[in-house]
This record gives sequence, structure tokens and C-alpha cells, in this order.
Amino acid sequence: MHPAPSVIIFTALSGLGFGLFMWLGLGAPDVYGMQAFGMFFIAYAFAVGGLLASVFHLANKKNAIYSFSQWQTSWLSREGVLSVITLLVFAVFAIGRIFVGVSLDFFGYAGSALALLTVFSTSMIYTQLKTVPRWNMPLTPVLFLLYAISGGALLSMQPRVAGVLIVVLSALQWAGWMMGDARFAQTGTTKGTATGLADRGRVRMFESAHTARNYVLDEMAYRIGRKHAQKLRLIAITLIGVVPALLLLVAPPSMPLAIVALVLHLAGLLTARWLFFAEAEHVVTTYYAHD
Amino acid sequence: MTKLPTETQKKLGLVIDLDTCVGCHGCVTACKGWNTQNYGAPLSDVDAYGADPEGTFLNRVFNYEIAPHDGGPSQTVHFPKSCLHCEDAPCVTVCPTGASYKRVSDGIVLVNEDRCMGCGLCAWACPYGARELDAVAGVMKKCTLCVDRIYNENLPEEDRVPACVRTCPAGARHFGDLGDPDSEVSKLVAERGGIDLMPEQGTKPVNKYLPPRPRDTLDKTPPAALETVAEEATGFLAWLDKALERL
Repeated sequence: MHPAPSVIIFTALSGLGFGLFMWLGLGAPDVYGMQAFGMFFIAYAFAVGGLLASVFHLANKKNAIYSFSQWQTSWLSREGVLSVITLLVFAVFAIGRIFVGVSLDFFGYAGSALALLTVFSTSMIYTQLKTVPRWNMPLTPVLFLLYAISGGALLSMQPRVAGVLIVVLSALQWAGWMMGDARFAQTGTTKGTATGLADRGRVRMFESAHTARNYVLDEMAYRIGRKHAQKLRLIAITLIGVVPALLLLVAPPSMPLAIVALVLHLAGLLTARWLFFAEAEHVVTTYYAHD
Repeated sequence: MTKLPTETQKKLGLVIDLDTCVGCHGCVTACKGWNTQNYGAPLSDVDAYGADPEGTFLNRVFNYEIAPHDGGPSQTVHFPKSCLHCEDAPCVTVCPTGASYKRVSDGIVLVNEDRCMGCGLCAWACPYGARELDAVAGVMKKCTLCVDRIYNENLPEEDRVPACVRTCPAGARHFGDLGDPDSEVSKLVAERGGIDLMPEQGTKPVNKYLPPRPRDTLDKTPPAALETVAEEATGFLAWLDKALERL
């Protein structure tokens, strides 16, 4: 799949933002006044920034408002609705903590649950697609949620919690890549099933339907990422988990180290998210593949 | 809206005969023509006469080769591909705006361009590559089964079929109600063993493909191979041949 910067930024940043909201709603860190303002500012910047980035993915932005309407069937619509509700619930909680000095715990806990639901909905936009077998597995939402809460723990400056979470995340991300590699073959889709002619012999491409590129090929037949996939996976896992975990769990706790860990983790997250799209194979490519 | 109807009154669709299709791309051209000049945003072309042309099409013809498992001669199959108007259309349920819908009255899957925000998720959800986002209009385009022809009383009756069906010179495309077991298309599917594309995706396509008929076989033994007429090389070429053998 085409790794459009807008969707990479959308999923990565909004995930981090809602992950931070999740922790803030639970009172970790337990901050008030200006400190709370700083924390909520970061959370809103990431969450809203990510959501705005997703708008740049739209070819017909003027109809974006309708995307709140189909929450009964569409995960993309649910994600939109849930993110707005979450941001509003946290507005009440944040005003209480920043300006009044009270913790409206009900709004905090409800907001934390909603933040997780929002990230889950984001992940389901991709997980639901049977056409992209690499995404269509139960581990995909687990990974999105883990990215959000471990990134959120890093942003909320909880080094020990974040350290443990990113170790778990790294292990599961590696497992996800391995499982993802086998997914396409598991679906059983071949040129034989795509054309329905499998029982007549081996089907191979004789001539494509078009000589030039088209939307389907541009969007769903992206191949560039596969060449260096293994190297990029190693780079990503080093940045997401290995180095930050050492900095957070082994080295003595310090603010500068935590910030270095956060920056490395963000770079790793963006690399992994780029791979998430670039490596994903769509079943429509069986109609086009020269094999 | 994007909830799929549990049942549609009709299941209008196409039956495409892979035995008869000659791969002329006439249906592709007729489709592009009709759907550019009539309902909805035109099917645009970008850089049409330049180095990197790209355009929106709702129907495209692939060519495949089948090599039989028994080692017999290969067979070429021309393979037109457009929206299959699936009963369980994944492109409809993923749509966040309600632009994609499946009609209860006839089962046609359509896009309301006044609601489409061009996110492209429906194209990702379709296993068949049947949806293309128009680069100029920014809205999703797909086969409408020529909804503006089939019910159009301003057209002569013989023209009230999809443009691809009307234009096909080989008679390889058939249009009708696949929900009615007594319709001509349903009988054709039953008689010829119509097939679904990618059944493992669970989309339940309405459009069916008729597989190529078995090839003719000879009822007598084929003639013996011709006698060899090439002569053994002599002179310099014979020497060269021997010398190269020895190397």
C-alpha cells in the first residue's frame, strides 16, 4: 500500500496524543495548574495535529463533515466521532485541573476509556480490510494500542512504566512482522482464484489491462519498501525499543535521557508506521503480477 | 446509507463470457465514453498525450494465459474486469460519509458524489480494483451498471442496457437479473457453470464469469512429423561444427 505521509503522521501522532490522554485521565502524572496546562497542551497538539493531517489525505475535503454520520457501520466514522467526544470530555477534565485545581475523576476515567477506544477504532480501519491480509489479524489493534500507551507513558515522563511497555511492544512488533509475512499465503488468494480459472491450469499474466499506471496501482501496488524491509525493521526496533529501554531501565533516571529516549522512540515509530503501509500487500495485485 | 440491505428486490448484474470475449477493449471505450458524457463527474484523463498518462476507467480488460496441468497447449483468455456489485460489498460498509450505498430495489452499488470526501478507503476494501478515485474531480468513480441507461425511457428499448453490453461486438457480455432463477442470465450461468472471482474474500459477487469451453480434440491420431529436410553440413561448416564439438 502507498505509504502516504498524511496517514503515517495521522496514525502515529494521534495515537501518541490519545495515549498521553489515557495516562492524564488516570492522574499519571498527578499534575495541576501550569504543569497540567503543559501536559494537556502536548496531548491536544498531538491528537488534533494527527487528525488534521488525516484531512490532507482527502481528495474532496469539503465533504469531510459527513464522515461523522456512518458510525453504525464504518470504523473510520467511529474513529472520527470517538476522537471528538474524547477531546471534549478531556476539555472538561483539563479545565478542572488547570484553572480550578480540582480533579473531576469521572471525566478523567471516562476520557481514558474513550481515548483507548479511539485508538482501537483507528486500528480497526486497517484491521477490518480482508483485502490486505498483513493488516487483517488480531495483533494489529493490540500493536496500535501498545504504541499509544507506551508512547503516552514516554510523553508523560514515566520512565519505568514506559521502559517496560516498550520492551513488550518491541517483542510484539517483531512477532507481528513475522506473522504478517505469512498472512498473504494463508488467504489462499492466487491468480487462479482471482480469475476463477484455477482448475483449468496455471494462470499467468499475458498482457496487463493498461500500459500506464492508474489509481489502483499507485495506491495498492507499492513495492519500494520491500527491498530494504529487513534492515528497516532492525532500525525501527532498535529505535522503538532497544535503545530507549536501555536508557530508561538501565541508566540512572534523568530528564535529558528520557527526552533522548522519547525522540528515538518517535523516529522508530515513524519508521515502523512507514513499513506498516509500504510492506502491506493488497490482494488486487494478483490481477497485475507477472508470475 | 452504508448498512447493506439484507435482501434486494433484484440482483442486476453482468455475465461475462470468457469463451467469446475477443479482447477488443470495445467495452472499455464505450464505458469511458458514456460515463464521461452522462451521470456524475466525467472520467478524467491527466497528461493524456504526455509521457506519463493516467486516466480513470470503470472497466478494464486483462489478458491471461492458462497452461493446462496436463501439459497441453496454453490458452489465452481475455478478461474484462469491472465492479461485480457484490451482495456483501465491503466497499459500502467501510464508507464513513454514507456516499457508498447498495440499492434495495436492484442491488446496484453506487457512489453519491455529493457526499464522497475522497478518502479512498472503499477502493482499499475492494478486492477487485473496481473503484478508482478520479484525479481531477477527487471523488470515487465506479461502474454504475449504466443506471442512467437501463431505466431511461428516452432511449430506444434496445439501448436500455449498460454501454459495455450494447457495444460488445462478440456478444460476450450479458445483462439481467441474477436474482431471478428464470432470467436469461441466470439460465446461462446455470448452463455454463458461472464462476465467482476470489470467493475466499466472501464478497458474494453478483456478476458471474462463464469459463472458456473445453477445447476441441481431434478424433483421429495427429499426422506423423514431417521428414527432416535439413542436410548435414559439409566443407568448412562441417569442420567448424566438429571443432566446436571437441572443445
